[in-house]
Amino acid sequence: MNFDDTPQEAAFRAEARKWIDANAPKEFEAELTKAPLGRISLKHADIVEVGKAWQKKKAEGGWACLHWPKDYGGRGATPIEKVIWQQEEGIYGKLTSPFQIGEGMCGPTVMAFGSEEHKRHFLPKLASGENIWCQLFSEPAGGSDVAGLRTRAEKDGDGWIVNGQKIWTSGAHYSDYGLLITRTDPNVPKHKGLTMFFLDMKSEGVEVKPIKQANGMQEFNEVFFTNVRIPDSQRLGAVGDGWNVSLTTLMNERMSIGARLATGFPEIFEFCSNLMTEDGLAIDDRATRSKLAKWAVQASGLKYTSHRAVSALSKGERPGPENSIGKLVAGSMMQDIAAYAMDLEGAAGVFNDPAVAEAGGQFQAMLLSSPSMRIAGGTDEILRNIIAERVLGLPGDIRVDKDVPFNKIPTKGRG
Amino acid sequence: MNFDFSDDQKQLRDQARRFLAEKCPPKAVRAVLEGNADYDRELWKGLAEMGFLGVAIPEEFGGAGAGHLELCVIAEEIGRALAPVPFASTVYLAAEALMLAGSEAQKRKWLPAISSGEAIGTLALFEGTGNPSPQAIKLVASNGTLTGVKKPVPDGAIADFAIVAARTGSSGRETDISLFLVDLKAGGVEAKALQNVDPSRQQAELTFKNCKAEPLGPANEGWSILSRVLDRAAVLIAFEQVGGSDRALEMGRDYALDRIAFGRPIGSFQAVKHLLADMYVSATLARSNCYYGAWALSTNASELPEAAAAARISATQAFQHCSKNNIQVHGGMGFTWEFDCHLYYRRSNALALSLGSLSYWEDTLIDRMRKKNAA
Repeated sequence: MNFDDTPQEAAFRAEARKWIDANAPKEFEAELTKAPLGRISLKHADIVEVGKAWQKKKAEGGWACLHWPKDYGGRGATPIEKVIWQQEEGIYGKLTSPFQIGEGMCGPTVMAFGSEEHKRHFLPKLASGENIWCQLFSEPAGGSDVAGLRTRAEKDGDGWIVNGQKIWTSGAHYSDYGLLITRTDPNVPKHKGLTMFFLDMKSEGVEVKPIKQANGMQEFNEVFFTNVRIPDSQRLGAVGDGWNVSLTTLMNERMSIGARLATGFPEIFEFCSNLMTEDGLAIDDRATRSKLAKWAVQASGLKYTSHRAVSALSKGERPGPENSIGKLVAGSMMQDIAAYAMDLEGAAGVFNDPAVAEAGGQFQAMLLSSPSMRIAGGTDEILRNIIAERVLGLPGDIRVDKDVPFNKIPTKGRG
Repeated sequence: MNFDFSDDQKQLRDQARRFLAEKCPPKAVRAVLEGNADYDRELWKGLAEMGFLGVAIPEEFGGAGAGHLELCVIAEEIGRALAPVPFASTVYLAAEALMLAGSEAQKRKWLPAISSGEAIGTLALFEGTGNPSPQAIKLVASNGTLTGVKKPVPDGAIADFAIVAARTGSSGRETDISLFLVDLKAGGVEAKALQNVDPSRQQAELTFKNCKAEPLGPANEGWSILSRVLDRAAVLIAFEQVGGSDRALEMGRDYALDRIAFGRPIGSFQAVKHLLADMYVSATLARSNCYYGAWALSTNASELPEAAAAARISATQAFQHCSKNNIQVHGGMGFTWEFDCHLYYRRSNALALSLGSLSYWEDTLIDRMRKKNAA
């Protein structure tokens, strides 16, 4: 048992470090280091443009989408090399967030189901950041129940006409292409009538509207489709096979291995170490210490769970299911930590003006943004179902809509 | 990075699991629990023959000389099987104290006897209510004799020798404490088994009356030796707790698959699924913290104090969580004497207190993290 690289891994790390040292946009180092959890912006530059420049440089140097084949813009690297790259890229990895959905979900789906011509045309541009891709799955009527989606695609000559609405689309406003799942047959049970496409986001009839979130920010979009035409050549997989295609997209979870999940623990530990209350330093209070210790072992537990998965990759093995606990643990932790930090501040915990609030208002911001961590990318409840069914082998829930034609499934609760 | 046990170590774990499945079924645990024996002598003999008791004891002292990672995988299996033997007291506490601080003669006398299963050892630290602290130790050493009362002492009534924490000064500092080794069969100690929540492992009260004792380690350094022993035992007991957590989770999962109510397996209800998923989360966090503890223990890393406390807290929470929700998944049947759920519930709650309470370890972890940050 050790934390050391193998000789090959050490050589790869040294090469990556050297390249990053010579090429990273160091002018943004300080700002990126200080960037708060979750969201970032730069004072004097557009984060997407800076990200694109970094991604392009990486692609030219052979460091973009490392685990992809060289023909499609990657490096043909092993999974462990990708993890090492992420570790070395460090804060500059924050610049890659606009490309992550493309790299992690859209790209692998095109790779699995696209034509050779499409792969050679689209994937290198995705890898180099020239094109940004988004994923158009969730709908107002289909969040956790993705297969309940209602956006229609109807055959029209050698193409399809799409009408409907998607929601919670990250980056739709700056994306060039989208991976779109639609309903092509409402007369069969819901999982059977779906078909996957990709489309140019500049197509006529595509309208992107930002969503104002509960925390006042705008990070997601609604996307409306009005008679949008998509050529049949942009279909991925067979007509009616969209559900299986979407599983490929959603199963590409290995990309998250080795990524550090924000939990809020380092922040509250530092906060409690310095906050003076009427009874002395917060960290000297027994109840506070007990809470901190519980969060500390959750944070270290996540860290070492990730190390176990990385070790499996290092040995060329498939990581076990342990990594599935990450977001489930981190989401609640962050919400609880934010609320407790504010409680420690007493009445003044209500302020969230950074100039007035304790700790620059970071816990107030965390409180308001943390509900999304427990929802986005699979709600806590869906994640528990996944652990119970795929890890523990418990039976799936009884699905009352399983064999019912989609257009016969009730759409309203009361009345 | 290779943050995992080696193939050999995993094989040893499988070997221990097979051995315990055969020699330590639940009915063996129940025999001790129900008072038919004070511990399982056959199993103890078997563990010695397998080389498990001395796995981390150097060969020159009669052990297998393997190491602490090997002991960790065996501890996990001991915990999973709820082995009703004085393993923790003898192997994690007494043997570790001897290896850390014993004289050559003490090691020659006791370590081979531990490896062969001839001697049961224990640590006599606690004196009633409270957690480990130099101030709580009142038992007095003077002129090589001990006087005072220790309780609870794990396996104290069946032990052949005890490492005893005694007061040798009154300055109010840690240096007031020294360790002694007492041959419990030589007279001067009265041992009485006391009823405890987990009768599958005994707890005792030891009364020392001018009892002859020999020093273990340098005088006045007892507390610093003890702290190191407790950290090492914390990691090893945490592996027992992780083994127990996994087994309790499996029992709950299996029952949820087999039990039909409202016309379907109860494991298809989300309320039950989510209970089990949360148990899996706790057990996984604990296992990962324990691996870090195992690494620190086996390499004698400077991170051991923090790693041990984290493993201890995480594993204590996981075992308590899994064992109580295993009963919940079983419903009424889980509350019967006949079903084995209560064996795990009892063990988890006894282990949770075995080296001091959860809140004591939480406090300790935060202290250690602050010290590290300040350094």
